[in-house]
Amino acid sequence: MESTLGLLALSPPGWGGTLLVGLWASIQIAVGAFGLGLLIGLGGAYGKIYGGPVLRDCLGVYTTVVRALPELILILLLYFGLTDMVNQLMLALGYGRIQISGVLAGIIVLGVVQGAYATEILRGAILAVPPGQIEAARAMGMPAGKIARRITIPTMLGLALPGLSNLWLIATKDTALLAIVGFNELTLATRQAAGTTKAFFTFFIAAGVIYLAISLLSTWGFARVEAWARRGDPPRVSGAR
Amino acid sequence: MMRALMQPHRIVMLAVAIGLVLWIILGGNWSWLPKYAPMIGQGIWRTVWLLVLSILIGFALAVPLGLAQASGPRYLALPARAFCTVIRGTPLLLQIWLLYYGLGSLFPGIPWIRESDLWPILRQAWPYALLALSLSYAGYEGEVMRGAFASVPRGQIEAARAMGMPRRKIFSRVSLPLALQSVLPTLGGEAVLQLKATPLVATITVIEIYAVASRVRQDTLITYEPLFLVAAIYLVLAGLIVLAFRRMEGRQPRRTA
Repeated sequence: MESTLGLLALSPPGWGGTLLVGLWASIQIAVGAFGLGLLIGLGGAYGKIYGGPVLRDCLGVYTTVVRALPELILILLLYFGLTDMVNQLMLALGYGRIQISGVLAGIIVLGVVQGAYATEILRGAILAVPPGQIEAARAMGMPAGKIARRITIPTMLGLALPGLSNLWLIATKDTALLAIVGFNELTLATRQAAGTTKAFFTFFIAAGVIYLAISLLSTWGFARVEAWARRGDPPRVSGAR
Repeated sequence: MMRALMQPHRIVMLAVAIGLVLWIILGGNWSWLPKYAPMIGQGIWRTVWLLVLSILIGFALAVPLGLAQASGPRYLALPARAFCTVIRGTPLLLQIWLLYYGLGSLFPGIPWIRESDLWPILRQAWPYALLALSLSYAGYEGEVMRGAFASVPRGQIEAARAMGMPRRKIFSRVSLPLALQSVLPTLGGEAVLQLKATPLVATITVIEIYAVASRVRQDTLITYEPLFLVAAIYLVLAGLIVLAFRRMEGRQPRRTA
């Protein structure tokens, strides 16, 4: 027990500090990727519903391909592809090669993956907004942006939040995949600590507890936000479907 | 179907897609392919049996997990719920590494395991990969089955009880078939998710199809072509799973009233 606590201590003989640095990187990437995914998803959902046929088909290809391929392969393809493309662009423009920071690459790569799922979730939620509400807003002469901000998004938020909550949990867990491209987030930091000290169970279970705490906390948080977003909904009558 | 494809912009998109595929096939460097072809075949085979076995074992575990949560006594429901929460709340990669490195470092220190006949198997990586994938599938499906068992109409079970069916028979003839029927489309989606999870076992030296691609990358420094090939293989496998589940759904009796 003493030695376990010693291993997890924050200062250098213990590895707790290393784990926390990894945790911070994981959280940064998860938040960034989720945010980017939401932006892509909102644009994608509006594009799929109101866009022209070409835009709709292109978005269809994007969401289908991303959801059909393993995240790991997408991450590798995007990770290598993105760095290559940026570097070729930089060379063509006469600059030297640059190294894209791990956090930025992770956010972009996971954000593109999350965007595909968010598109589908938000599209379903927007379609569930009663069309009469949007027609009424249009009849009042509201511009499209204002309709989105005042009518569509507040109404669909309650419907979209359960799906978005799942998506956020996937985002936190998918950050672990970046360990495979050598990015030092929580899972890789854990493996380094475990490999060096040979205390495999201690560190992997510690990391598991951290991930679990994040997931339980965010489930609770999302439930609160959903209750807030649904505050204007009519009370649901039990038994009626 | 043909009419829908014949819109001008779709023809252009189709042409672009075919052009991209041809460009990858003709413009790419595929000289490594003949040398690695047997390994690719082996990799596909390994991916497929890991997938099928983990789904079978995982589902066999998921049924009691779901039943315990839906209608079991508290001392069974609580551990089952805790198991599902832990599995669903932590990354699969972490679970794989915990089992492989953790158990793998524990077992050599226990004499009777080292002397047992199982030791040559336990020294390899695939048992840990299979165990981790099965437990993960059981965790996610346990939650799905909980919902399925909870949604079996009460009247059906009451009717079976009124007919004097023993509890076991009610389970095997009424609850389970009804639960399976309602959950089959979800299971198809989850099977594709499980397929997408299998490349993670490459990190513990199980040479399945994704690991072959990384091997090619390490040996020849060719990055994209092997990844594209593996991506295509995963697309085909995912398509096959979707088709298989669609057939199974088609064989179910449709409700008429």
